[in-house]
Amino acid sequence: MLTNRRGDEKMDINVLKEGRKLLTEYKYELGKVDKGYTNRTLYVNISENKIDSKPVTPIMKEKFVGGKGFGLWYLWNGTTPSTKWNDPKNEIVISGGPVCGITQYPGSGKSLVCSISPMTDIPIDSNVGGYFGPLLKFAGWDALEVQGKAEKDIVVFIDGNKGIVRIEEAPLEAIDSHVLAEQLTEMYADNEEDKRNVSVVTAGTGAEHAKMGLLNFSLYDPRRKVTRFKQAGRGGIGTVFRDKKIKALVVKFSGVKGNLNNPVDQGIINKAGIKMHKEVHDLDDNQNRMRKVGTGYSVEVMSAYDLLPVMNYQYGGHEDAKKIGPEVLINNYLTQGKEDGCWYGCSMACAKTADNFELKTGPYKGQHVTVDGPEYETIAGVGSNCGIFDPRAILEINFYCDTYGIDTISFGTSTAFVMECYTRGIINKEITGGLELNFGNFNASVELLHQMSRGEGFGVIVGQGIHRMKKLFAEEYGADSDFLFDIGMEQKGLEYSEYGSKESLAQQGGFGLTNKGPQHDEAWLIFMDMVNNQIPTFEDKAEALYYFPMFRTWFGLYGLCKLPWNDIAPANNKFTSEPAKIPEHVQNYLDVVYGVTGKRLNTQELVTESERVYNFQRIFNIRLGKGLRSNDKIPYRSMGPVTKEEYESRQERYDGQLKEFLNYEVEGKTTEEKMSVVRKYREEQYEKLTDAVYKRRGWNSNGVPTIEHLKELGMDLPMLIEVVKDLQ
Amino acid sequence: MKYLAKDDSKCIQCGLCEEICSTTYFKTNDVEKSCIHISKDGKPDINVCNQCGECINICPVQAIKRDKLGVVRINKKDCVGCFMCVGFCPENAMRQHDEFIEPFKCIACGLCAKKCPSGAIFIAEKEAKELAYAD
Repeated sequence: MLTNRRGDEKMDINVLKEGRKLLTEYKYELGKVDKGYTNRTLYVNISENKIDSKPVTPIMKEKFVGGKGFGLWYLWNGTTPSTKWNDPKNEIVISGGPVCGITQYPGSGKSLVCSISPMTDIPIDSNVGGYFGPLLKFAGWDALEVQGKAEKDIVVFIDGNKGIVRIEEAPLEAIDSHVLAEQLTEMYADNEEDKRNVSVVTAGTGAEHAKMGLLNFSLYDPRRKVTRFKQAGRGGIGTVFRDKKIKALVVKFSGVKGNLNNPVDQGIINKAGIKMHKEVHDLDDNQNRMRKVGTGYSVEVMSAYDLLPVMNYQYGGHEDAKKIGPEVLINNYLTQGKEDGCWYGCSMACAKTADNFELKTGPYKGQHVTVDGPEYETIAGVGSNCGIFDPRAILEINFYCDTYGIDTISFGTSTAFVMECYTRGIINKEITGGLELNFGNFNASVELLHQMSRGEGFGVIVGQGIHRMKKLFAEEYGADSDFLFDIGMEQKGLEYSEYGSKESLAQQGGFGLTNKGPQHDEAWLIFMDMVNNQIPTFEDKAEALYYFPMFRTWFGLYGLCKLPWNDIAPANNKFTSEPAKIPEHVQNYLDVVYGVTGKRLNTQELVTESERVYNFQRIFNIRLGKGLRSNDKIPYRSMGPVTKEEYESRQERYDGQLKEFLNYEVEGKTTEEKMSVVRKYREEQYEKLTDAVYKRRGWNSNGVPTIEHLKELGMDLPMLIEVVKDLQ
Repeated sequence: MKYLAKDDSKCIQCGLCEEICSTTYFKTNDVEKSCIHISKDGKPDINVCNQCGECINICPVQAIKRDKLGVVRINKKDCVGCFMCVGFCPENAMRQHDEFIEPFKCIACGLCAKKCPSGAIFIAEKEAKELAYAD
């Protein structure tokens, strides 16, 4: 019997192994990475138990680069316009990209996961750390393409040193990630030292019943002697994973060195990397303190600037924000002084961990666990947005979201939505099964999660996401669907991530004019727009909504993390011509790409690379019925005050704007009258912004890429033209 | 705890220590491959590891450890070549050369001290509590 890390749960690996049944085994020649590419993809069909090697073609590298580009390419080719998320044809593609796996530059171990999303019914791509992507590449594969649906629960195992892939039935292993990842790490590692050479991808019991399921990517932490995770959170890929009856994907590769990508110029990579390590060493303590608290550094700042979502985005700050702020996390919860990168060489080390955390609820109550995070998005989502300002509550929800395989952002935003519905009497205790879903009720919130895990109760309904709940509440409970559209913070089926965008038109576009739905991956322009007023005109905003989404999603083509780009800045950055772009770091990336691949890009070519894939994804959305202007509409809660209370909480500001921008006399007007004028104005502004952004992106007024623009990008591929030609 | 101690004021900047170091460990006379660096201009400045051990905690794979004599050593087999130890060294004394994928550092072998004509470098002992950073 082996005792797991907490010493409170037994697992017998031999018993688990006895339950295994080999379905198929595939042997392959170990490859060698050449300039960042292995030049082949591992295709695994779990309906037919068929495993094969597919070549990575020159056109794939030229047009799609890698990572998310490869994922979307395979997904397009493997599915049809009628493929739904739970169709066996749907795929889960994991790919790092050519830079993935270098160890010198911070944030170079990312995997991109693509699938047709159960939340949005269009492609989702999710960027995740952990060791799986790099080890997959060193095992010989640029991408892993999984298709089909197994009959019974399976594990796919890739042995990157022996050149073996196996599909095995795995009936006895756990499903929840924190148990399963430990079982599999124990099972596949030869000894303690070997554990860091094993990485597993898992979901959880919640992902079986909710649509907002996520994937955990593991990394073994040799100091804590625990398996930790990073999450591919958005869009429900964990739900697809469990629907396919995959318990886990496992890769094992020992022998990681700093030059396994066989780069063209190791020296230029070393130079850029060491410069960044020094920059983080010298400046992080005085900038964002990423090494101490991770992304949670910004909670109080967001609150001070009226941007922290509070009570379903009604408000932008709260006096209790300090209770969940960075000082509390650093002093009371997050273990300090450990090397917390999610891949080797990440000196930014933002993957913070709360160790020895005692759970108060649920099936693991009383256990002392390691909680990964909490990230800013989690603190704001399951915390302030739900009116919860208790750090212990946030950590507990964070833990259960992760182990059950539930996206903290969709969970937080959806729970905030039902809490507002409950508070306003749209739903009641009868509907919620007795849960008093008032803002601030931690016990009710965490119970929703436990219900998602068990597949029962109102939690399963919340787990379907806001888009489906709006329909249900209107159809079954007679709710006002217009009001639900206003307060339900989702678009394209995906829940908003955790920033209030009411006072930044550019950020409204940053959420609304996106490919996969409102997330913070593409554009975060609030400070540029609202605080620093650097992009005052529609054209300025449109330029920012061209450049930043392209630039920021470029990282996903290469296996890079975006955070080291702008969560640390060189000391002289503010004196450069475009500080928001962090020009020195952009140059670092151009150097690193050259160092690995031999490809010399300039900044425009960098953006063009990304733009090709961005337009491909837009057309993929159109192919699946959701890539037009009507799909880019956003809920009014993200644009302005929906309710009287919201208006009156910021009355001075709104009254001032009415006078300043519209010359509207507010004296003697009721709040309702003023709200209606504000609303009309703001909705018009969003439409004007949409026009300007579409134009800048080379799209027509319906949001469709023009054939001329596709030609300019070298993306006038017949498969794309076929989709857009009748929409010109 | 054993370490290579220094007295900058005695250094005559002859560079013999650099030559001995690089020829001993890399079979070439190349200052870029020496663990000890001496300023070429101005006041003498001897830059070498003081075995403080901050790099031990920085290493993601625990490839850097203190041996029983107190000397901080890199296990090249385990090293993944991330060079975070280079960027985070408070003394700027962790070395890196593009011909190698692992960093290198002074292990207080004392060969340079034996040959130093002015007595500017010498092997010394210090108490664990004098270390700037605990392991």
